[in-house]
Amino acid sequence: MSNHLLEVDNLHIEFRTRDGVAKVINGVSYHLDPGETLAVLGESGSGKSVTAQAIMGILDMPPGVITNGEIRYEGRNLLTMPEEERRRLRGKEIAMIFQDALSALNPVYSVGFQISETLRRNEGVAKDVAMKRAVELMDLVKIPAAKDRLKNYPHEFSGGMRQRVMIAMSLAQNPKVLIADEPTTALDVTVQAQIMDLLAELRRELDMGLILITHDLGVVADVADRIAVMYAGRIVEHADVHSIYAKPAHPYTQGLLDSIPRLDSKGHELSTIKGLPPNLLRPPSGCAFHPRCPMAQQVCQEKVPPSLNLGGGRTSACLFAEEILHG
Amino acid sequence: MSDFETVAATENHAATPGPAGEPGAPGQPDNTSKVRSLAGDAWHDLRRKPIFIISSLIILVMVVMAAFPTLFTSADPRSCELGRSMKGPSGDAIFGYNLQGCDVFARTVHGASTSIQVGLYSTILAGVLAVVIGMLAGFYGGILDAILARIIDIILGIPLLLAAIVALKGAGKGEGYWGPLLLIVFILGIFGWTTAARIVRSSVISAKQQDYVHAAKMLGASNSRIMVRHILPNAMAPVIVVLTIALGAFITAEATLSFLGVGLQDPIISWGKDISEAAKRVRDNAVPMLVPSTFLSLTVLSFIMLGDAVREAFDPRLR
Repeated sequence: MSNHLLEVDNLHIEFRTRDGVAKVINGVSYHLDPGETLAVLGESGSGKSVTAQAIMGILDMPPGVITNGEIRYEGRNLLTMPEEERRRLRGKEIAMIFQDALSALNPVYSVGFQISETLRRNEGVAKDVAMKRAVELMDLVKIPAAKDRLKNYPHEFSGGMRQRVMIAMSLAQNPKVLIADEPTTALDVTVQAQIMDLLAELRRELDMGLILITHDLGVVADVADRIAVMYAGRIVEHADVHSIYAKPAHPYTQGLLDSIPRLDSKGHELSTIKGLPPNLLRPPSGCAFHPRCPMAQQVCQEKVPPSLNLGGGRTSACLFAEEILHG
Repeated sequence: MSDFETVAATENHAATPGPAGEPGAPGQPDNTSKVRSLAGDAWHDLRRKPIFIISSLIILVMVVMAAFPTLFTSADPRSCELGRSMKGPSGDAIFGYNLQGCDVFARTVHGASTSIQVGLYSTILAGVLAVVIGMLAGFYGGILDAILARIIDIILGIPLLLAAIVALKGAGKGEGYWGPLLLIVFILGIFGWTTAARIVRSSVISAKQQDYVHAAKMLGASNSRIMVRHILPNAMAPVIVVLTIALGAFITAEATLSFLGVGLQDPIISWGKDISEAAKRVRDNAVPMLVPSTFLSLTVLSFIMLGDAVREAFDPRLR
């Protein structure tokens, strides 16, 4: 057994709905070390958030069912752990930031109360000490005039400030792993950049492992160390950030990179990936990407491509990975 | 309303009003005003609401009347002389006498205590039952929810008055003043919690899918803490409204039961009993019915208005 900080190993998750069984996660594996940033990239419905929810233990079950696999934190399997023990890990060891900070903050409590709540409850810190710590945390996430804002309610903050409050709340107990589930999607572009800078800075200062879930390739390039690209519940490509931007090894990643607007492509039509993500109730045969893949061959409809190890920690789940990379 | 705006408004300075942007920006006046708690904010808002002031004044008067009836009348509500039956208003009795020749005003003043207590206690009992059962059903879902929801359906299918009549017949009368009163409270509470419980259940179900509940769980909150701290405050608003309306319904139900002869009996005085007795002779003299009816309506209306005002004041989203 390896000694990564957090390890997702061959995770399988199904959603059992009235219309049938949707296999939303089909053998996802990734790992995270202290002080490193892993970006999990993928379209809506690719399973990136579901994996994160499974790590946090906040997956709605039912309809979700974890059918196979392990999630190990410091070598211990979270999925077989007693609920009470697991609850103690939440917030203290692993914390998460949600996409929409307004709905993730309780509207009836002041932000100071919410940031300090976990300290008072889980660590038995006295109220005034916890409030002081809340001010420190708000300073840490660069909320101006933190002291005066302590008693304000979530709706009295702007979008960017709310996301900072959410981050402060997650950091209250110094978690070793922070999962950010599309932390900037609900924000405008300039604020997005500020929040991403803040997350990168906090990760450095606090030496956390950061899992950044996003569908925005532009966001990832600056902050991530490694990238895992997900499609239809599988990781189709996994590599360090430089290799992936230099030379993708999967047609899907290639398509994603081609669809980024570029300064020098003015006047040209933006390249897109044709078609829609597959319906997971009726997934395509073989490689799930074959109906949309520009390189698809007959064999892609028949054979599920295994995850090929391309060396240097790089993997690609494409039958033609070698050809793409070297061709 | 943010503190900042409030300060600007009360001091009548036109300095930088409008939605508070990012505070502490250079050039903005330093916001050093004392920060208020949620309760403080609520009180601040409530003091300025005429509806709150009027309804709480009426309730205050009614409560004082219930506690110290002799402050309002020196007449004995139980000294009745048939000789002055249905006599109109006079210097001795400002609202005249009823069919039995009792002072209408004195009886109404003395009846406040019973009616208000029945209403309050039944509402509290029904509210506690509704919150606990609705919360458990909504939060845990599954089989527990199915069982509790069916129990709610069954009790909801039984008419409140019919159930109360049968139960009161079977249970006997109870001893003294408290015996019959608590028995009525108990029966009204037991059969009257279901509508509120359904509302609690549905608000809990919608609140528990909110991200802030996931966020609380993500930060290691236990189920009981999530229920009490995070879901309950967000699910209470509609319940408060339903319960204030239920309070009026309970006072009325007590009146009806007393009228039917299974509720409170002499010598206990209650508005309901007097209203039903006077209603029989309303065409001869309406005053003995109108006086307790007016008091009853005012009380019920005040509780409803108060509930509404308090709910609004404690909801930070409406500020």
